[in-house]
Amino acid sequence: MASKAGISTLSRQRILSAWLFLTPMLLVLASVAAYPLIRTIYFGFTDASIDLIGQAQWVGFRNYLEYLDYGDGEGEYFGLLVDADWWRAVWNTLRFTIISVFFETVFGLVIALVLNREFRGRSLVRAAVLIPWAIPTIVSAKMWAWMMHDQFGILNDMLLRLHIIAEPIAWTASPDTAMLAVLIVDIWKTTPFMALLILAGLQMVPGDIYEAARLDGVGPVRLFLRVTWPLIMPAVLVAIVFRALDALRVFDIIYVLTPNNERTRTMSVFARDNLFDFDKFAYGSAASTLLFLIIALLTISFIWATRMNVEADER
Amino acid sequence: MTWSGWIKTAAFYGLVGVIVLQAVFPFYYAILTSLESGQSIFEVNYLPEAASLANYWSMISDGVFGKQILNSVFVATVVVFISLFLAVTAAYALSRIRFRGRGLLLLTILSVSMFPQIAVLSGLFEVIRALGLFNSLWSLVFSYMIFTLPFTVWVLTTFMRKMPVEIEEAAIVDGASSFTIIWRIFLPLMWPAMVTTGLLAFIHAWNEFLFALTFLSTDSQRTVPVAIALISGLSEFEIPWGNIMAASVIVTLPLVVLVLIFQRKIVSGLTAGAVKG
Repeated sequence: MASKAGISTLSRQRILSAWLFLTPMLLVLASVAAYPLIRTIYFGFTDASIDLIGQAQWVGFRNYLEYLDYGDGEGEYFGLLVDADWWRAVWNTLRFTIISVFFETVFGLVIALVLNREFRGRSLVRAAVLIPWAIPTIVSAKMWAWMMHDQFGILNDMLLRLHIIAEPIAWTASPDTAMLAVLIVDIWKTTPFMALLILAGLQMVPGDIYEAARLDGVGPVRLFLRVTWPLIMPAVLVAIVFRALDALRVFDIIYVLTPNNERTRTMSVFARDNLFDFDKFAYGSAASTLLFLIIALLTISFIWATRMNVEADER
Repeated sequence: MTWSGWIKTAAFYGLVGVIVLQAVFPFYYAILTSLESGQSIFEVNYLPEAASLANYWSMISDGVFGKQILNSVFVATVVVFISLFLAVTAAYALSRIRFRGRGLLLLTILSVSMFPQIAVLSGLFEVIRALGLFNSLWSLVFSYMIFTLPFTVWVLTTFMRKMPVEIEEAAIVDGASSFTIIWRIFLPLMWPAMVTTGLLAFIHAWNEFLFALTFLSTDSQRTVPVAIALISGLSEFEIPWGNIMAASVIVTLPLVVLVLIFQRKIVSGLTAGAVKG
């Protein structure tokens, strides 16, 4: 009896110290994440302006949707939900996310399959592949902006020499190519991350499976489709979801590579422009809230769909 | 080897060549441009033709850029130490002690790492102004916790969970306090994981742009990503591309070297952070 009581005091002590250890971390997270999020959502329902944040007044849903009656039987809707600029930003973000994640997955898969083979110089190649990932986003945006320069850029020079284009293209400035430019830089920069995640999945496939398939005379294409792909698909799916959540909040690359271009402005850029440059703090907060809702919904459905269980591998 | 074998091998190495070339070329070209000066910058060349350090010298002697590098080093280093300290103790509690609500807590921490930074931007702006941290480097140290902390806690928790119970049993029986257990038993075993997560947190803090753009307002306080983004000329035709490329190489070279040295550790850290589900 005595020893049992001793254990329970001990475990009570340990639980107490657990909470003691967790408190600082939780306090920090509450003050940098939870509280600011609540305030952002709140500002979206007020008339706050950047210099008068403290005097914000509650205005209900006006930032989202408001019907203004002109008194003569006519009226108009105003607010984020009927703002063509906002919906263009939503569309730009979705287009950017779908196209970039698709190509990052395809190229990442190719690179991962190459790196999964034994060949001389493999570790050097893997190191080289990591370089785009190691370069800060702002730096890669600037490097590519220089390479895509309309007059002195090496990209135009290459394409002209190869006779692929007839005259220089203003990659980042022209409305037709701005999104393409952003996509090229983002795909270049983020493919290594995809390749590494997929490679990690590939390396968990036991080697004797390949050996057995080879002895059975299965061709490489069938081998990939029937054996490798089903085994690595869960890892690839998780990588896709992580990348997609990341792509939905894209900001840096667009802000630096194609500033003030409505063809590439995404939800994050739209929100920041309104918050700090257009003096529409409340409106920007409402936009941030909508972006948060979209990402939160996707995250929750992902967690639910995969029934991710954080306690799964506990003893 | 047969003909088709030769072709296959050649095609494979061709693919390898393309992969390496596309990965390395933009950085190579940035170095190339940074070493040219005057009018030669505006002539496209594929192989190095000059080795002038004029652009580097003009960035370094500028004074502000040196200060901005120090700002970045300061912010990233302090962020790494604070988040590692908070995360090790929290990870110990989350991985070695059973208590109610632990799963929910882990899920909450994971979900914070999914937060879009923009969603907290206006609220954080208010907090930082209220704390009097606007235009201070501490505003970044504070706000960067939102992405370094969940990540470090998550990875260190997974790492600690894999360690056998036996290593702390004896200490518990001897009546050692939890803090002693962390300090004396876990810390020495956790160096590999701490180096990895610390390095990733450092890179993340070093590269961060949105908060640094918003919470700092004077040139001498800025960190390097914002400084580089804001380098401009009097007109579109006077943008000092040579200087921009020199600055880019200066801030990137240490990262590339670190990543190449620690590539194995980084890869394992990234996959632990992301694939773990």
